[in-house]
Amino acid sequence: MHTKAPGRLQRLFDTIYFPIASILASFLVAGVAFKLLGFDPAVAFGGLLSGSVGSLNAWGETLNKATPVILTGLSYAIAQRCGVINLGAEGQVYIGALCAVLVGTELSLPAALHIPVVLAAAFLGAALFGTLPAIMKNRFGSSELITTIMFNYVALYFVHYMIAGPIKDMNSGSNFAQSKQMLQTAQLPRLNAMFPGVTLPNRLHAGLIVAVLALIFYSFFLFRTTRGYEMRVIGLNRSAGECAGMNIRTNTLLSMFLAGGFAGLGGACELMGVQRRIMENAFNGFGFDGVAVALLGGNSSGGIALSGILFGALKSGATKMQMKSGVPTATVYMLQGLIILFVVGKRLFDYHRITERRKTHHGKEND
Amino acid sequence: MEGFLSSAIRMATPLLIAGLGLVFSASAGIVNIGTEGFMLLGALMGCAGSYWTGSAFLGALIAMVSTMLFSAVFAFFVLNMRADQTVVGAAINIFASGLTITLNRIIFKGVPVLAAYDPVDIPLLSEIPVIGVLFRQSVVCYLAFLAVPLAWYVMKKTHIGLEVRSVGENPRASDTLGIDVNGTRWWTILLSGLFSGLAGSYMSLGQLSFFTEGMVSGKGFMALAVVVLGCYSPLGVLGASLVFGAGMALQFRLQAANTGIPYQIITMLPYLITLLAVCGFVRGSRSPAASGVPYTKE
Repeated sequence: MHTKAPGRLQRLFDTIYFPIASILASFLVAGVAFKLLGFDPAVAFGGLLSGSVGSLNAWGETLNKATPVILTGLSYAIAQRCGVINLGAEGQVYIGALCAVLVGTELSLPAALHIPVVLAAAFLGAALFGTLPAIMKNRFGSSELITTIMFNYVALYFVHYMIAGPIKDMNSGSNFAQSKQMLQTAQLPRLNAMFPGVTLPNRLHAGLIVAVLALIFYSFFLFRTTRGYEMRVIGLNRSAGECAGMNIRTNTLLSMFLAGGFAGLGGACELMGVQRRIMENAFNGFGFDGVAVALLGGNSSGGIALSGILFGALKSGATKMQMKSGVPTATVYMLQGLIILFVVGKRLFDYHRITERRKTHHGKEND
Repeated sequence: MEGFLSSAIRMATPLLIAGLGLVFSASAGIVNIGTEGFMLLGALMGCAGSYWTGSAFLGALIAMVSTMLFSAVFAFFVLNMRADQTVVGAAINIFASGLTITLNRIIFKGVPVLAAYDPVDIPLLSEIPVIGVLFRQSVVCYLAFLAVPLAWYVMKKTHIGLEVRSVGENPRASDTLGIDVNGTRWWTILLSGLFSGLAGSYMSLGQLSFFTEGMVSGKGFMALAVVVLGCYSPLGVLGASLVFGAGMALQFRLQAANTGIPYQIITMLPYLITLLAVCGFVRGSRSPAASGVPYTKE
């Protein structure tokens, strides 16, 4: 423990210092790994940078890629605030996209109505799917670590079944298992079509607005409502919450409901703005990216927005990195893994610890 | 029936191997969801080793050593940096998926022919009708089953096992008694890394004879479930992995038999069994009191 309470400036510095140090360390390790594998790290990172933030349209791509991972980041974050580890966003994304496809291809409505209805369907479907592990945890005490992951596979194969059978697009002329295309009215418009006077990136779609609204809702819910307060208490100290008469089970259920819903929205935005139809494995990875985004962002809405943009940039820059340097796009996953490792292992760069150790000569750690 | 038994044993083996390693680290209070990533790396390095040396057993050795080194990263962050175990595990999985895809494309050009784990018939026993198929497996498979009583003995009857369990139940008290808490946790994690590497190499060299990206597909998480269902005992792990193995063998059987059930639904079977199992049996299984909690020396 530090004897002096850290000042405001000190805290702000700490909030910025650790993520930046983690990101730098990750790039350093990845650079060394690239070198060892026989690639040129400078060319690789140059490609990554120019492909993600090098032009207005690159920015658009980055923000498009950030949208679903911000939403899955919120999914992990809201559950973790309540002390539940949701590793099931991967499957919740698929269920959200599936519900969105069902409503977005079968219903016929004007766009102003169709888009909100599709989003609501995706939210609700994935939210209900997300409560299953919570029910199992409440009723049987099953660890959500195992159940959420198992439900990922159940969701994945269920969607594979649906797009190969019941909702397969018979008219596409291709043999691939894929759903029908979302109706024009159920696709998210591009922002430059919505705001004709403003210079905006080409392909940037309205999913970004959904993500921003979700971020605002997240903060409002957690910090301005009684329910959000209860969740935070339970997440910080379960028994304290119980003693204060808070219902752990209800809060667990609600947190997983919201977590599923956020992830479902992520799936829906990607579907309605980018992919337009579900194909096999097209939504893989968004769920686990969300874990990384939430952790790097410290489960706060501002942090999640920034780290979501960073991960979006990694995704959008990966293709150019591969083109320029030959480094496979999959190495982006190595980078993500490293970033999480260094974020949670932040004691590694903890200058308080290092300076304190220098002060206390007997080498005993005091924190 | 013979085919079913053989396939059940082959599917159970990687879960059993990984589970036996995990029994130690889980009993010491480590929740290691990074097992999935460990097995993935083991699967790749087993193939790479077999590809470089032409010998499946050198492949196994390379898989075990490299996965153990990889598990040292997990141990360092979890024990020395006191980072959250679940999160480090998730990071390990993400990193491993990227690493194995990258290495796979760099090491192998096309699909190479690899020296795999060949079945070895045990004389006499392998000629028994029906169950004789149990004695026509690979050496790794025999070793896995022989390791069960050994692990059980070490865990339940020796001082080492007692230390491991006490570290998981009450690290503070163990420390007072002079047990090196983090030291114990370190070696149990390395051991589980070693076993996960072998388990992964069994999946690539024993079941498939090549590596495909993301091939572990949840088996590492299932190994965790196996340990919970097996009540943190090597014998329980044996029982639970056989149940899972039978479930997966049933899945193949159903796919081959023309039941009219879509194959994607049948593929869900092992995952559904896991879900049912953690709901139904988890009450009899109690996790160590200090599971997932980092230990700080006062």
